[in-house]
Amino acid sequence: MSDVIGLFMTLEGFILSLTVFALAIFLGFELISKVPATLHTPLMSGANAISGISIVGALLAANYVEGNTATILAFLAIILATINVVGGFMVTNNMLQMIRGKKRGGK
Amino acid sequence: MVNVSSLLDLGYLVSATLFIFGIKMLSSPKTAPKGNMYGAVGMLVAVLVTVLKMQLSDGGIEGWMWILMGLGIGSAIGYWMASTVEMTGMPELVALFNGFGGAASALVALSEGIRMYTSETYVIAEPVYQVYHLIPVLAIGASALVGWMTLTGSLIAMFKLKGGFTIPFTKKWVRFPTWGPSWLNYAKVGLFIAGLVMILMTITDPGNLKLIYGIVAVSCILGILFVLPIGGADMPVVVSLLNSLSGIAAAFTGFVVGNTVLIIAGSMVGAAGLILTFIMCKAMNRDLFDVLFKTFGGSTRESVTRTKVGSDPEEVAMVLDGISKCIIVPGYGMAVSQSQHLVKEFADMLEENDVEVSYAIHPVAGRMPGHMNVLLAEANVPYEQLIEMDEINSEFGDCDVALVIGANDTVNPVARTGEGPLGGMPIIAADKAGVVVIIKRSLSVGYAGVDNDLFYEDKTMMLFGDGKKMMAELNTALKEL
Repeated sequence: MSDVIGLFMTLEGFILSLTVFALAIFLGFELISKVPATLHTPLMSGANAISGISIVGALLAANYVEGNTATILAFLAIILATINVVGGFMVTNNMLQMIRGKKRGGK
Repeated sequence: MVNVSSLLDLGYLVSATLFIFGIKMLSSPKTAPKGNMYGAVGMLVAVLVTVLKMQLSDGGIEGWMWILMGLGIGSAIGYWMASTVEMTGMPELVALFNGFGGAASALVALSEGIRMYTSETYVIAEPVYQVYHLIPVLAIGASALVGWMTLTGSLIAMFKLKGGFTIPFTKKWVRFPTWGPSWLNYAKVGLFIAGLVMILMTITDPGNLKLIYGIVAVSCILGILFVLPIGGADMPVVVSLLNSLSGIAAAFTGFVVGNTVLIIAGSMVGAAGLILTFIMCKAMNRDLFDVLFKTFGGSTRESVTRTKVGSDPEEVAMVLDGISKCIIVPGYGMAVSQSQHLVKEFADMLEENDVEVSYAIHPVAGRMPGHMNVLLAEANVPYEQLIEMDEINSEFGDCDVALVIGANDTVNPVARTGEGPLGGMPIIAADKAGVVVIIKRSLSVGYAGVDNDLFYEDKTMMLFGDGKKMMAELNTALKEL
């Protein structure tokens, strides 16, 4: 299993990850500059759903059968992350449908 | 031979790309629903790739039961919560989900920490000073510090957005307290430093789980102390900042488990959330530092010495008779009193008499950015009537009546003078309308603690009372005309 949870085996691997980390931060800064106020809440909600990506980490951590504390914690992490992901995307979608629906239905 | 598991990493690239486009598209009205879909598909890809990778690894998936049960339970709860929530409860739900996300990251880090520190290979080998153990050790601490803070902070923010809570088994409603003497800031800084020191100590004493639990405790307390002193009207900024933190926590967790898609998505959300936080601060003319560390308004609160005779709904209804243009300015008070449906009913009655009705939306009106739009959309107000501040301000000159409901600081003309706490904040030019009708409980100062000259102008009619009650009475008076 150790090849799935890829603890950084080399300094190169770590530096590469750090590079990705830094670039993604810059990308995030540039990604949204002008957002109409209407979309602030949906955008926050959608970004929040994406931060549920820790579901991947939770899955990786739960892949042990020991059934000890570590597994239980990972199991809880899967539940919470899944609520975040499923609920988050659904709520965002509901909000957007409401905004868009009223737009079409307007007089 | 090509390693299939490594090839699967390309799936993470696909999902990261979908996240990037998703966030980008979410920031434009036309593409937003599609952007949300992209995000959801990206997440599905990431989950499928992860499951496949685990299955293809030596030994395959051992924890099927945990994984399927967790995904099943989580989906059911998430689906249930998202489909039963009222439109008005949306901000609280977003805050709660955000807390869950932060907690998930923190739990993964804790789980990995416990597993690593208790595994035999770790205890025997003690490769403490090698980089491949140093990084996860640091990341576990950092993820714990950020993640638990996100959870407790979000929970407090949720209760603040609700305004209070009911004590279980009784029907007693308790207002959620706002408490924060200035010495609390030193306590916060002290706790944060303690957290950092403990993270550093995990390097020299890595097997010590007590240190990890210490970081968890410090982080939980920090989250509570950070949000407790901040008032309800600043919650948008706080939730947005916590959203950014949950992204950062996910990125740190990415370093714990060595997974790129966690690092990319987490840090991207962290940065984008921070930008959104600054956008909101700018609209409120507030400094992020002030929001977080200064008790706003508190000590310099002006006490109101002037008086103003209140009007009654019948008077206002008579003024409204025969006008041609009315602009409604909703604020925090409309959200609190839940009077949006009555506002819509009011607007419908005016429109039947050929009055042109529109709504002036201040960027920070309500409990969350865009909250007014969502609330009014729920009450079936056509989207075209919701006009942003910059566009509508020039229209107040030929507007007969401006109806301000539950707003104060966002229409305070003193902001134009550039002095005091409100100085320089962009405001809605309601004072330029022919007659200004203000529905408000009293003359008391707004969140910024500044008296509002607009209340005392001759052309201003004050309707003192709860937003919902006054709107209902105004509507009745209009019908009886």
